[in-house]
Amino acid sequence: MKRLLSPLPAAVVVGVAALLGLLAYGIASTEPDRGIESALAAGERERAPDLDLPRLGAEGRGTLSDYRGQVVVLNFWASWCEPCRDESPLLQDWHERIEPRGGTVLGIDLLDLDRDALEFIAEYRLSYPMLRDGPGDTREDFGVIAYPETFVIDREGRIAASRRGPVDEEFLRRTVLPLLREPAPGGAS
Amino acid sequence: MRRAAAALAALALLAAPGAALAQCPRTSLVDIEDEVFCPQCGVPLALATDAPQAKAQREFIRDLIEEDCASKQEVKDALVAQFGERVLAEPGDDGFDIAAWAVPAGALAAAAAGLALAFARWRRDDPAPQAPGAAPLTERDAARLDDDMARYDR
Repeated sequence: MKRLLSPLPAAVVVGVAALLGLLAYGIASTEPDRGIESALAAGERERAPDLDLPRLGAEGRGTLSDYRGQVVVLNFWASWCEPCRDESPLLQDWHERIEPRGGTVLGIDLLDLDRDALEFIAEYRLSYPMLRDGPGDTREDFGVIAYPETFVIDREGRIAASRRGPVDEEFLRRTVLPLLREPAPGGAS
Repeated sequence: MRRAAAALAALALLAAPGAALAQCPRTSLVDIEDEVFCPQCGVPLALATDAPQAKAQREFIRDLIEEDCASKQEVKDALVAQFGERVLAEPGDDGFDIAAWAVPAGALAAAAAGLALAFARWRRDDPAPQAPGAAPLTERDAARLDDDMARYDR
């Protein structure tokens, strides 16, 4: 019986197929995770991935679960991001408004130099808590691909809304205020 | 004696900035920017020309070189402290990054195997060398050749 392919061309075909498979896997694995948007579109609140990051400009580490029971406006930003500059005063304003009602803005400084980030915070007089993710590892957990991106997290640690791009007054009013009225887990507020 | 001491002191003063200049800068931005990544851009820093993060990263490196007289390794260490190991333009050793090591190694092994196979086939297919135009001996010629050879053996 005649062989379909001699060993050398067969090896080349297998090699090319393996390379194409690798390429497809590479592309698939770098696709941003859009699971959060899908859940929100279906009216569901997905549990927010926990974060464990060093504090920016302070000792120690912080986690998202430190803020359980509060409404958290989780904002991913960087000092080199121009739209982040535009929204920062609004976020500071909202932090001051929601803090007495059991809410907070939590900044995650991504892929940034800490000296630049600290200058940014001083320039805009930002007083809300900040964590630092220099390597940008948390991007994958939240599917962050551009800056700024903001996630509104309810008192039970679930993502209730997201904004890919700068937030505005209308978005924060629509998403944060209803969550502030929701009871805290266990009945405390 | 006093004059000699003053001359020596003056010489030392003149030599000091020269020695400092000879030691600093110890590296350059150009030397470093093709060996580190712009983490946000996903390309080596040298290729990320206009990205805002790349500009900030370049300024940081320039300050380390010019103000702190940092060596290339010190600059790299400072970048790793800021952005993690991935800032170095080297693939990691886990997940999909393994492909960056495994694919060239596999390609090299496949090329070696292919060459060995091709060489073995060439050896197998190549017939024993023959003089150009040589034809097989007839029975009569062969008998004559045997007689001649026998005569020489005597």
